[in-house]
Amino acid sequence: MRKIVLILFAFILWVLLTWSFTLQSLTAGGVVALIIGLLFGNFVIEKAGPVFDLRRWFWALVYIPVFLWEMTKANFDVAYRVLHPKLPIDPGIVKVKTKLQSEMGIVFLANSITLTPGTFTVDLKGQYLYIHCIKVRSTGLAEASHEIVDRFEKLLIKIFD
Amino acid sequence: MVWNELAGMIVIGIGVAFDFLGCLGLLRLPDVYNRLQAGTKCVTFGTCGILLGVFLMQGFTPTGIKALVGIPFVLLTSPVGAHALAKGAHIFGVKLTDKTVVDHYAEDRGNKLTL
Repeated sequence: MRKIVLILFAFILWVLLTWSFTLQSLTAGGVVALIIGLLFGNFVIEKAGPVFDLRRWFWALVYIPVFLWEMTKANFDVAYRVLHPKLPIDPGIVKVKTKLQSEMGIVFLANSITLTPGTFTVDLKGQYLYIHCIKVRSTGLAEASHEIVDRFEKLLIKIFD
Repeated sequence: MVWNELAGMIVIGIGVAFDFLGCLGLLRLPDVYNRLQAGTKCVTFGTCGILLGVFLMQGFTPTGIKALVGIPFVLLTSPVGAHALAKGAHIFGVKLTDKTVVDHYAEDRGNKLTL
Protein backbone atom coordinates (compact mmCIF):
# COMPACT_ATOMS: atom_id res chain seq x y z
CA MET A 1 0.00 0.00 0.00
CA ARG A 2 2.71 2.46 0.99
CA LYS A 3 4.60 1.59 -2.19
CA ILE A 4 1.55 2.34 -4.33
CA VAL A 5 1.28 5.82 -2.80
CA LEU A 6 4.88 6.64 -3.67
CA ILE A 7 4.54 5.17 -7.19
CA LEU A 8 1.51 7.38 -7.83
CA PHE A 9 3.24 10.43 -6.41
CA ALA A 10 6.41 9.87 -8.46
CA PHE A 11 4.41 9.29 -11.63
CA ILE A 12 2.30 12.44 -11.21
CA LEU A 13 5.45 14.44 -10.58
CA TRP A 14 7.02 12.98 -13.73
CA VAL A 15 4.01 13.94 -15.82
CA LEU A 16 4.00 17.48 -14.42
CA LEU A 17 7.72 17.95 -14.99
CA THR A 18 7.83 16.59 -18.53
CA TRP A 19 4.30 17.66 -19.57
CA SER A 20 4.41 15.53 -22.71
CA PHE A 21 1.80 12.84 -23.23
CA THR A 22 3.49 10.63 -25.80
CA LEU A 23 3.45 6.92 -25.13
CA GLN A 24 7.24 6.85 -24.94
CA SER A 25 7.51 9.49 -22.22
CA LEU A 26 4.67 8.04 -20.14
CA THR A 27 6.12 4.53 -20.31
CA ALA A 28 9.55 5.71 -19.23
CA GLY A 29 7.99 7.65 -16.35
CA GLY A 30 5.89 4.69 -15.33
CA VAL A 31 8.90 2.37 -15.22
CA VAL A 32 11.00 4.84 -13.22
CA ALA A 33 8.11 5.54 -10.80
CA LEU A 34 7.62 1.79 -10.34
CA ILE A 35 11.29 1.23 -9.50
CA ILE A 36 11.43 4.18 -7.09
CA GLY A 37 8.18 3.20 -5.42
CA LEU A 38 9.20 -0.41 -4.91
CA LEU A 39 12.62 0.52 -3.56
CA PHE A 40 11.74 3.43 -1.26
CA GLY A 41 8.01 3.13 -0.53
CA ASN A 42 8.50 1.76 2.95
CA PHE A 43 10.96 4.47 3.97
CA VAL A 44 9.22 7.59 2.67
CA ILE A 45 5.56 7.01 3.47
CA GLU A 46 4.53 6.66 7.11
CA LYS A 47 0.98 5.33 6.67
CA ALA A 48 -0.95 4.79 3.46
CA GLY A 49 -4.47 4.83 4.90
CA PRO A 50 -4.89 8.60 5.34
CA VAL A 51 -3.76 9.32 1.76
CA PHE A 52 -6.97 7.85 0.34
CA ASP A 53 -9.22 9.66 2.83
CA LEU A 54 -11.04 12.34 0.85
CA ARG A 55 -12.02 14.40 3.93
CA ARG A 56 -8.32 15.02 4.60
CA TRP A 57 -7.85 16.25 1.04
CA PHE A 58 -10.81 18.60 1.51
CA TRP A 59 -9.24 20.11 4.64
CA ALA A 60 -5.92 20.35 2.80
CA LEU A 61 -7.69 22.46 0.16
CA VAL A 62 -9.14 24.65 2.92
CA TYR A 63 -5.68 24.97 4.43
CA ILE A 64 -4.01 26.33 1.28
CA PRO A 65 -5.81 29.74 1.16
CA VAL A 66 -5.48 30.17 4.94
CA PHE A 67 -1.75 29.52 4.64
CA LEU A 68 -1.30 31.81 1.62
CA TRP A 69 -3.12 34.62 3.44
CA GLU A 70 -0.92 34.25 6.54
CA MET A 71 2.15 34.16 4.32
CA THR A 72 1.19 37.38 2.54
CA LYS A 73 0.64 39.06 5.92
CA ALA A 74 4.05 37.77 7.01
CA ASN A 75 5.72 39.44 4.10
CA PHE A 76 4.15 42.83 4.69
CA ASP A 77 5.02 42.49 8.37
CA VAL A 78 8.70 41.84 7.69
CA ALA A 79 8.76 44.48 4.97
CA TYR A 80 7.35 47.03 7.45
CA ARG A 81 9.96 46.18 10.08
CA VAL A 82 12.80 46.28 7.59
CA LEU A 83 11.77 49.62 6.10
CA HIS A 84 10.99 51.29 9.45
CA PRO A 85 13.91 53.59 10.35
CA LYS A 86 14.03 52.42 13.99
CA LEU A 87 13.74 48.66 13.33
CA PRO A 88 10.86 47.84 15.75
CA ILE A 89 11.93 44.37 16.90
CA ASP A 90 11.93 42.53 20.25
CA PRO A 91 13.39 39.19 19.23
CA GLY A 92 13.53 36.05 21.35
CA ILE A 93 13.08 32.30 21.31
CA VAL A 94 9.95 30.94 22.97
CA LYS A 95 8.83 27.38 23.60
CA VAL A 96 5.42 26.16 22.45
CA LYS A 97 3.59 22.86 22.58
CA THR A 98 1.47 21.30 19.86
CA LYS A 99 -1.31 18.75 20.08
CA LEU A 100 -0.39 17.15 16.77
CA GLN A 101 0.75 13.53 16.90
CA SER A 102 1.95 12.54 13.43
CA GLU A 103 5.47 13.45 12.30
CA MET A 104 4.21 14.70 8.96
CA GLY A 105 1.77 17.05 10.69
CA ILE A 106 4.46 18.48 12.95
CA VAL A 107 6.75 19.04 9.96
CA PHE A 108 4.00 20.93 8.15
CA LEU A 109 3.25 22.94 11.30
CA ALA A 110 6.91 23.87 11.69
CA ASN A 111 7.16 24.91 8.05
CA SER A 112 3.94 26.91 8.24
CA ILE A 113 5.16 28.72 11.35
CA THR A 114 8.39 29.58 9.57
CA LEU A 115 6.53 31.20 6.70
CA THR A 116 4.10 33.25 8.80
CA PRO A 117 4.35 36.63 10.54
CA GLY A 118 7.39 37.17 12.69
CA THR A 119 8.06 33.59 13.70
CA PHE A 120 10.27 30.73 12.64
CA THR A 121 11.02 27.30 14.00
CA VAL A 122 14.51 26.79 15.43
CA ASP A 123 14.16 23.26 16.76
CA LEU A 124 11.60 20.66 17.70
CA LYS A 125 11.75 18.05 20.40
CA GLY A 126 8.79 15.69 20.41
CA GLN A 127 5.74 17.90 20.70
CA TYR A 128 7.64 20.99 21.81
CA LEU A 129 8.71 23.55 19.27
CA TYR A 130 11.21 26.35 19.81
CA ILE A 131 10.08 29.41 17.91
CA HIS A 132 12.16 32.48 17.20
CA CYS A 133 9.87 35.51 17.23
CA ILE A 134 10.88 38.84 15.75
CA LYS A 135 8.42 40.47 18.18
CA VAL A 136 7.82 38.50 21.38
CA ARG A 137 4.30 39.11 22.76
CA SER A 138 3.98 36.45 25.44
CA THR A 139 6.56 34.16 26.98
CA GLY A 140 4.38 31.64 28.86
CA LEU A 141 4.05 28.20 27.29
CA ALA A 142 0.25 28.28 27.10
CA GLU A 143 -0.17 31.84 25.80
CA ALA A 144 2.61 31.53 23.26
CA SER A 145 1.20 28.22 22.03
CA HIS A 146 -2.22 29.76 21.68
CA GLU A 147 -0.88 32.74 19.80
CA ILE A 148 1.49 31.00 17.39
CA VAL A 149 0.28 27.44 16.94
CA ASP A 150 -3.52 27.46 17.21
CA ARG A 151 -4.52 28.97 13.88
CA PHE A 152 -2.80 26.18 11.93
CA GLU A 153 -3.22 23.38 14.42
CA LYS A 154 -7.00 23.25 14.10
CA LEU A 155 -6.74 22.51 10.39
CA LEU A 156 -3.60 20.36 10.48
CA ILE A 157 -5.16 18.01 13.05
CA LYS A 158 -7.98 17.37 10.59
CA ILE A 159 -5.51 16.74 7.76
CA PHE A 160 -2.84 14.62 9.38
CA ASP A 161 -4.03 13.11 12.66
CA MET B 1 0.42 43.32 -25.08
CA VAL B 2 -1.53 40.18 -24.23
CA TRP B 3 -3.29 40.10 -20.87
CA ASN B 4 -1.56 37.05 -19.47
CA GLU B 5 1.82 38.60 -20.24
CA LEU B 6 0.82 41.80 -18.48
CA ALA B 7 -0.39 39.84 -15.42
CA GLY B 8 2.80 37.78 -15.45
CA MET B 9 4.94 40.92 -15.59
CA ILE B 10 3.08 42.46 -12.63
CA VAL B 11 3.44 39.31 -10.51
CA ILE B 12 7.14 39.01 -11.40
CA GLY B 13 7.54 42.68 -10.46
CA ILE B 14 5.95 42.07 -7.04
CA GLY B 15 8.20 39.04 -6.57
CA VAL B 16 11.34 41.01 -7.37
CA ALA B 17 10.23 43.80 -5.00
CA PHE B 18 9.88 41.32 -2.12
CA ASP B 19 13.20 39.70 -2.97
CA PHE B 20 14.72 43.16 -2.72
CA LEU B 21 13.08 43.77 0.68
CA GLY B 22 14.44 40.43 1.84
CA CYS B 23 17.96 41.46 0.87
CA LEU B 24 17.47 44.79 2.62
CA GLY B 25 16.42 42.86 5.71
CA LEU B 26 19.57 40.78 5.50
CA LEU B 27 21.60 43.97 5.67
CA ARG B 28 19.62 45.87 8.30
CA LEU B 29 18.59 43.30 10.90
CA PRO B 30 21.02 42.68 13.76
CA ASP B 31 21.72 38.97 14.18
CA VAL B 32 21.65 35.74 12.21
CA TYR B 33 18.22 34.67 13.52
CA ASN B 34 16.49 37.90 12.60
CA ARG B 35 18.19 37.85 9.25
CA LEU B 36 16.85 34.37 8.64
CA GLN B 37 13.37 35.78 9.28
CA ALA B 38 13.81 38.20 6.39
CA GLY B 39 15.61 35.59 4.34
CA THR B 40 12.95 32.93 4.59
CA LYS B 41 9.78 34.97 4.39
CA CYS B 42 10.46 37.65 1.83
CA VAL B 43 12.71 35.59 -0.37
CA THR B 44 10.33 32.62 -0.43
CA PHE B 45 7.40 34.85 -1.29
CA GLY B 46 9.42 36.74 -3.87
CA THR B 47 10.73 33.61 -5.54
CA CYS B 48 7.26 32.05 -5.59
CA GLY B 49 5.98 35.28 -7.14
CA ILE B 50 8.56 35.09 -9.91
CA LEU B 51 7.72 31.44 -10.58
CA LEU B 52 3.99 32.21 -10.62
CA GLY B 53 4.64 35.07 -13.01
CA VAL B 54 6.50 32.73 -15.35
CA PHE B 55 3.54 30.36 -15.22
CA LEU B 56 1.12 33.18 -16.06
CA MET B 57 3.21 34.22 -19.03
CA GLN B 58 3.81 30.73 -20.38
CA GLY B 59 0.49 29.05 -19.55
CA PHE B 60 0.14 25.27 -19.68
CA THR B 61 3.36 24.65 -21.55
CA PRO B 62 6.28 22.53 -20.27
CA THR B 63 8.02 25.68 -19.03
CA GLY B 64 4.95 27.04 -17.23
CA ILE B 65 4.15 23.77 -15.50
CA LYS B 66 7.76 23.36 -14.35
CA ALA B 67 7.63 26.82 -12.81
CA LEU B 68 4.38 25.90 -11.04
CA VAL B 69 5.86 22.63 -9.72
CA GLY B 70 8.81 24.63 -8.41
CA ILE B 71 6.58 26.58 -5.98
CA PRO B 72 5.84 23.72 -3.54
CA PHE B 73 9.49 22.73 -3.64
CA VAL B 74 10.58 26.22 -2.59
CA LEU B 75 7.83 26.33 0.06
CA LEU B 76 8.96 23.01 1.55
CA THR B 77 12.74 23.41 1.38
CA SER B 78 13.22 27.05 2.37
CA PRO B 79 11.83 26.69 5.94
CA VAL B 80 13.79 23.48 6.45
CA GLY B 81 16.97 25.23 5.38
CA ALA B 82 16.28 28.14 7.72
CA HIS B 83 15.57 25.75 10.58
CA ALA B 84 18.84 23.89 9.98
CA LEU B 85 20.84 27.14 9.82
CA ALA B 86 19.25 28.54 12.99
CA LYS B 87 19.70 25.34 14.97
CA GLY B 88 23.27 24.99 13.77
CA ALA B 89 24.07 28.60 14.66
CA HIS B 90 22.51 28.22 18.12
CA ILE B 91 24.36 25.01 18.90
CA PHE B 92 27.58 26.57 17.67
CA GLY B 93 27.08 29.40 20.16
CA VAL B 94 26.18 32.33 17.92
CA LYS B 95 24.81 34.98 20.29
CA LEU B 96 21.40 36.51 19.92
CA THR B 97 21.27 40.28 19.60
CA ASP B 98 21.25 42.52 22.71
CA LYS B 99 17.61 43.44 22.12
CA THR B 100 16.63 39.82 22.78
CA VAL B 101 13.82 39.46 25.30
CA VAL B 102 13.79 35.75 26.06
CA ASP B 103 15.58 32.55 25.01
CA HIS B 104 13.87 29.38 26.19
CA TYR B 105 15.94 27.30 23.84
CA ALA B 106 19.22 28.14 25.57
CA GLU B 107 17.62 27.54 28.98
CA ASP B 108 16.42 24.09 27.99
CA ARG B 109 19.51 23.09 26.13
CA GLY B 110 22.03 24.31 28.67
CA ASN B 111 25.38 25.22 27.18
CA LYS B 112 26.20 21.78 25.89
CA LEU B 113 27.61 21.36 22.41
CA THR B 114 25.26 18.51 21.60
CA LEU B 115 22.54 17.77 19.10
